[in-house]
Amino acid sequence: MGKFFRIALPPIALGLLVWGHYIGLAVAPPDREMGDVQRIMYAHVPAVWIAMVALTLNFICSVTYLFKPSWKTDALAEASAEVGLLFGAVGVLLGAIWGRPTWGVYWTWDPRLTTAAILLVAYMGYMALRRFVEDAEKRAVWSAVVGIIAAVDLPIIWFSVKWWRSLHQVQSSPKTVDPAMVFPLRISAFAFLAFMIVFLIYRYRIALHERQAEVALPEALPTDDPASRRSAGVA
Amino acid sequence: MKRPGPIGLLRTTGVLLGKDLLIEWRTRARLNALIFFALATLLLFSFALGPDTKLLERNAGGYLWLAILFASTLALGESFRVEQENACLDGLRLAPADARAIFLSKALGNTMLLVVLGGVLIPAMVALYGVKVVLGAGPLLGTLVLGCMALAAPGTVYAAISSNARARDVLLPLLLFPLIVPALLASAKAMMLVLQGDPMNQLNSWFGLLTGFNLIYWGLGFALFPRVIED
Repeated sequence: MGKFFRIALPPIALGLLVWGHYIGLAVAPPDREMGDVQRIMYAHVPAVWIAMVALTLNFICSVTYLFKPSWKTDALAEASAEVGLLFGAVGVLLGAIWGRPTWGVYWTWDPRLTTAAILLVAYMGYMALRRFVEDAEKRAVWSAVVGIIAAVDLPIIWFSVKWWRSLHQVQSSPKTVDPAMVFPLRISAFAFLAFMIVFLIYRYRIALHERQAEVALPEALPTDDPASRRSAGVA
Repeated sequence: MKRPGPIGLLRTTGVLLGKDLLIEWRTRARLNALIFFALATLLLFSFALGPDTKLLERNAGGYLWLAILFASTLALGESFRVEQENACLDGLRLAPADARAIFLSKALGNTMLLVVLGGVLIPAMVALYGVKVVLGAGPLLGTLVLGCMALAAPGTVYAAISSNARARDVLLPLLLFPLIVPALLASAKAMMLVLQGDPMNQLNSWFGLLTGFNLIYWGLGFALFPRVIED
């Protein structure tokens, strides 16, 4: 299963990306008002969606870790935060490139943009915390706490365009958008999703190996639960 | 250990808060340092912006909250430093004090300290920036208390974490500042309305935002803090 994902998924992701972007750039019609500039949507929107998915996964891992500590959950939390931060940064960057010709500025203090910026900085803090704590168990618990607190921003970003009607447009639904535009958007979204899974798998494996190298000693390896490891007197 | 009921929790919180206030009263080091630091920040704003009294007056609410925010990172870090010395926090946990009571007492203590700091800064701001308090003492105190509570709850959780980490002085602002943006925004806007009048009746919506923020983060802190300081 894992081997299939590691070997088969990258080419599938790449294929989907090429296909989605080909029909997005060459087949789909240009937007009536924005023209070709609108085509950046096929990368910008999926990137932000996937960032939200990855950071939601981080939240789920954080809550799970507090109830049932496991190095696997902690490694997945670390991987999902990094991948989410990466996709979020790509999404914000693409949005800024789109904003210059459309709004006339790269950046404006619109609520959606502001909350997205807060999100990126908050998870940079989360990543910094992971670098600054040496004790692996404490790092896992504290990261979980910080992950839960930072996740409060996720629903705020999602609803920000509805709560404060401002510059950034409200989420469209497939009903209001031309099917010729919805299709490449969906393909691109699946491509980004596939890339997210690939990145997650690789980053997760690295994180897990790091954990094993740092917590320990041969006899510590088989058990996964920090608490039982402690009671066994290994720590 | 059996968890104490609400009465026991409140009593423990009261005792711990009393202990912290007594330490503060005996030394008075923290409050004095905070006041001078925040006053210097207020002065620096007026130097950095030049002698434009109109600009200073218009933005006074924002400057006040920035001064309180900068001072709060010192206050929050310090509130756990006293527990780090001689492993006092371990002593408290062995006492045994409920970890949730430790959170409540620390967060309340930090709120009180920041409110006192705000009480000193506001007259200074009135003098330095030439502002008037249009809406009177009630809304002013309301803004100050709600805003300081909003800083203290997540700040206490993060101070407990960063006090044990490497590079603690970098980590606390790094974690706290992005989180605090909505509360800072609401406090600064509310303070501006208090200082300049509120013809459109917007003050209550900012109070609503601050109250919601407080409910979320006091709740999260109360629930998560025991995991932060467990050993």
